[in-house]
Amino acid sequence: MKIKPKIGLVSCSGEGLSEGMVSRVATRRILEERDDVVTICLPLFLAGGQKERDFAKNNPCITVDGCDKMCAAKGVEMYGKVHPKSSIAISEITKKEKHSKPKSKSRIEPEDEKLVHETMKIINKEVDKVKEEE
Amino acid sequence: MSEKKKSKHIIIPCSGIGKALGTITRRATYIVTGELLPNETDTICLPLLTIKDEETVRKIRQNPCITVDGCVAQCAKKNVEHHHGKLKGEIKILDVIKENPKLKPGNVLDIGPDGEKLARKAAEKVLKIVGEKS
Repeated sequence: MKIKPKIGLVSCSGEGLSEGMVSRVATRRILEERDDVVTICLPLFLAGGQKERDFAKNNPCITVDGCDKMCAAKGVEMYGKVHPKSSIAISEITKKEKHSKPKSKSRIEPEDEKLVHETMKIINKEVDKVKEEE
Repeated sequence: MSEKKKSKHIIIPCSGIGKALGTITRRATYIVTGELLPNETDTICLPLLTIKDEETVRKIRQNPCITVDGCVAQCAKKNVEHHHGKLKGEIKILDVIKENPKLKPGNVLDIGPDGEKLARKAAEKVLKIVGEKS
């Protein structure tokens, strides 16, 4: 019986902007809700060893980025030498869904909960899609 | 008369998403950059260093950097060292915990009151390094 790999969720967690907090919190909540996903701290791609660099090779990855610099997606490509199965950007969701930009870099304000939930919905959908394809 | 622009200290937390300690590094950074020394300090998104963003690499080479790491992997410090940044000091949250054994942090999404106290203690350590002569 072939054991299916868990889906890798890689969040940018960017400290410099409020969307990084949304990517982080949405990703973390999904990790706590589902048992078919795993994560890695993004800076470990550079700071860790081969095992960390192989994370993206061993787990089909969905990246969750705060802005259009797409650090998580680029990190997976740069270190894992593979493309993410799906790339989500919070900045795109705010544009598309007409959410206002989250105000705080350090916490999720009540008015930003809707954006977090919307992001979680998209992540869940993408995880299910990737699982079907694997 | 032209005034030489004073460089800001760059405080860099580890971006860790796996443990509460990563969230404490983030919180400590925001306490310093947002509350205590907003004019003298700034932060960056660590993932930008991981993907070798030129502007970010330039910034850490031109300004004194203080890293705040959650675990033994020391991703923030290693990412700065890898790019030959101006590392002025490093804080390890594990040391802060050892010095304050009665404080038990909560989880990644909610570090709790003890986690907040640990973040404040880490922020004090950052302040001390900022005050030291470069």
